[in-house]
Amino acid sequence: MSTAPGLPIRAGRSGAVIRADFFQRFLAFGALIALILFFQVWSMAIGTNFLTFENFVNILVATAVVGILALGETFVIITGGIDLSVGTVMTISMVMTAVAITSQHLPVPVGILVGVFTGGLLGLANGVLIARLRIAPFIATLGILNVARGLSLVITQTRPIYFPDNPEFQSGVMGNLFGLKFSGEFGIPNIAIIMFGAAIVAAFVLGKTALGRYTFALGSNEEAARLSGVNVANWKMLVYVVCGLFAGLAGVLSAARLGSAQPATGFGYELSAISAVVIGGTSLSGGEGTILGTIIGAFIVYVLTYGLQFVNVAQEWQIVVTGGVLIAAVYIDNLRRRQRA
Amino acid sequence: MKRLLSLAAVAMLAGACSSGSGTAAPASAPAATKPYISIVSKGFQHQFWQAVKKGAEDEATKESATVNFMGPNTESDVQPQMDMLNAELAKKPAALCFAALDSKAAGPTLQKFADAKIPVVAFDSGVDSTIPLTTVATDNVAAAALAADKMGDKLGGKGKVGVIIHDQTSRTGIDRAKGFVDEMTKKYPNIKIVGPQYGGGDLAKSADIAKAMLAANADINGFFGGNEGSIGGVLNAVTELHLDQTKLTIIGYDSGQKQIDAINSGLELGAVQQNPIGIGAKCVVEAMLAIKGQTTFDKVVDTGFLWADKTTINNADVQAVLYK
Repeated sequence: MSTAPGLPIRAGRSGAVIRADFFQRFLAFGALIALILFFQVWSMAIGTNFLTFENFVNILVATAVVGILALGETFVIITGGIDLSVGTVMTISMVMTAVAITSQHLPVPVGILVGVFTGGLLGLANGVLIARLRIAPFIATLGILNVARGLSLVITQTRPIYFPDNPEFQSGVMGNLFGLKFSGEFGIPNIAIIMFGAAIVAAFVLGKTALGRYTFALGSNEEAARLSGVNVANWKMLVYVVCGLFAGLAGVLSAARLGSAQPATGFGYELSAISAVVIGGTSLSGGEGTILGTIIGAFIVYVLTYGLQFVNVAQEWQIVVTGGVLIAAVYIDNLRRRQRA
Repeated sequence: MKRLLSLAAVAMLAGACSSGSGTAAPASAPAATKPYISIVSKGFQHQFWQAVKKGAEDEATKESATVNFMGPNTESDVQPQMDMLNAELAKKPAALCFAALDSKAAGPTLQKFADAKIPVVAFDSGVDSTIPLTTVATDNVAAAALAADKMGDKLGGKGKVGVIIHDQTSRTGIDRAKGFVDEMTKKYPNIKIVGPQYGGGDLAKSADIAKAMLAANADINGFFGGNEGSIGGVLNAVTELHLDQTKLTIIGYDSGQKQIDAINSGLELGAVQQNPIGIGAKCVVEAMLAIKGQTTFDKVVDTGFLWADKTTINNADVQAVLYK
C-alpha cells in the first residue's frame, strides 16, 4: 500500500508484523473452517448432516445484514472509534425506504436510494457530534442509537409497514437474479451476492483510496496526522458517513428480506456487528483491521449461531457460547499484540 | 502456540455446552425413529413461554415424539425468528408449531414448509395465512370479557377503570383490549374507561402509565392489566404511591409470583389465567395428528381460561395452570 508522504501510518511496520497479520488472518479463516468441521462431526454424531447446500445458503442469508453492518463498523473501529447506532440506523433506513415506496409511491430504486441516504445522513450526524462537537463516540452514537430507534417508532406509529404492491423488491433481493444454481432447487440468493459486492467495495476503499489511508492514520496516531496537516475532523466525519451508508444498505436489504419495515427491530444488531469486526481481528484500540477479517468474523458469528441451533443446543447455552467465543477472540488479539511488543 | 491453546479453549467451551445441555435439548435428529417436531415460539425467557415449553415436552414424552422448543431473545427479533425457521426447515422436521412475531413477514418462509409438505400448527397469536392446519390459542376476547364482568360486579356497575395493555400490534394485545372494553361498555355503561394505554408489557413503563392515569383521574377505582408485565406495573404503582388498596379493584392476566402474592394478600382481586401448559400440549397433539395423516382440522383449538382469585387460587385446576 502506498502511503501519503509525511504520515507515520505504517512506517513502523516490519516484515515480522506483516507476517503476524497474515497468520492472524489465516487463523481467523482456520477457526471458521474448524468450526464448520466441528459442527459437521457433531451433526453426524446425532445422525444428520451439517455440510449441505441448504445450510450453506441459510447461513449466507443469516449473515448478510449483520455482515454489511460490520463492514461500515470496521472503518469506524480502525479509527479507534465505535458506532453503537448501526443497528437502529439500519431500522430507520428500512422505515424510510418503506415510506418512500408505500406512502410516497416512489419507484423501488428511488426507495432504495432513500434508505441508503438516510443511513448516510445519520452517519453524518454521528460524525458532526464526534468530530465537530467533540463528544466521545460511545456517547454520541448511543444518543443517535436512541434517536433513530425512537424516530422509527414515531414515523411508523409503531406498526410495521408492508410492501404488498412491490413483490419484486423482496424477490429481487432474496431470489437468484444471476441464476447461479448449484444444487437443483437451490441457488445463491442475491442478498449474499450483494454482501460480497459491498465487501469488495469496502476493501477497495480501505486499501486503495485516500479515505482508507486516513482511516488507518486516525487510528494509529491522530495527533501525528493532525500535525502533518491532515484535516482530521473532515476525514473522521466521512468515516462515520461511510459507516452510515453501509447501515442504510443493510436496512434496505432487511426491508426486502422481511417484505416490510419493522420499526421495533434492529436494537442489538450493533453488538453482533462489533463482535464480527473484533473476531475478525480488527483492534478496538484502532490503527489496524481488514475487511476480509470482518467478513470471516461475521461468518464465525453466524456459523456458531446457526450451527448450535442445528445440533439442538439449548438456547440458554447458545448465548453463553457466543459470549465465550467473543472473549476468546479478543484474548487471542491481545496475545498477538503482546508478542509484537 | 498460545493461540492454538486459546482455540482449543473455544472448542472445549463449545464441547462443554453440549454436555451441559444434554438433558435440556435431547440430541435427536430428524433421522431418529421418533418424529421430530420443531416449535418456533415468540420467545423463550418469559415464564409463560417456559410453561408452553414444559407442556409441549411432557406431551411429546407421552406420544413418543421429540420436540425442540426455541424462540428469539426479544419479541422484536423478526429476522432472527426467520433464521430459526430456516434452520429448522433444514432439519426436515415431521411438523412445525409456530407462533409468528409477524405473520406477513414470515409468509415466504412458511411457504417453504408448505412446499416441503411439512404440516404447520400455529399457536398463541395465530398466523395470518392459510398454511397452518389449525391455531392453538386462548380465546382472548372472551377471557378479557370475563375480566370486565368481574370488574363490573365488584364495582357495582359504576366507577372509572384504567386499562393498560402490552401493545396494540399483536393479536393478543388487540383482542384483550377489545374484549375488555367492549364488554364493559355494553354491560356496564356507567363505568368509564381510561385508556387503553400501551406499556409494552414492561413493568416500569406500565407503572408510569398507571401513575399518570391516577394523576389525571383521582377518581379511578379500578385497573385492568392485559398481561403479566402490564399488571405488574399497576401493582408497583399502587405500592409505590402507598394508595389505599381497599378503594381500588385490580384485575390482571396470567400469573407469575408477583400476581400470585398480590391475589393472596388481597391487593389484586384476581386474574384471568390462560393455559400455557395446555397450549404447549395441544400443539404437540395437533402436530401428531397431522403427522399420522389427519387432514381436516378445526380452525381454532381453544385451550380455555380460568379465573383465579383468593377463593379459587388453591383449587387443583387453577394450580395446574399457574406459573411462577
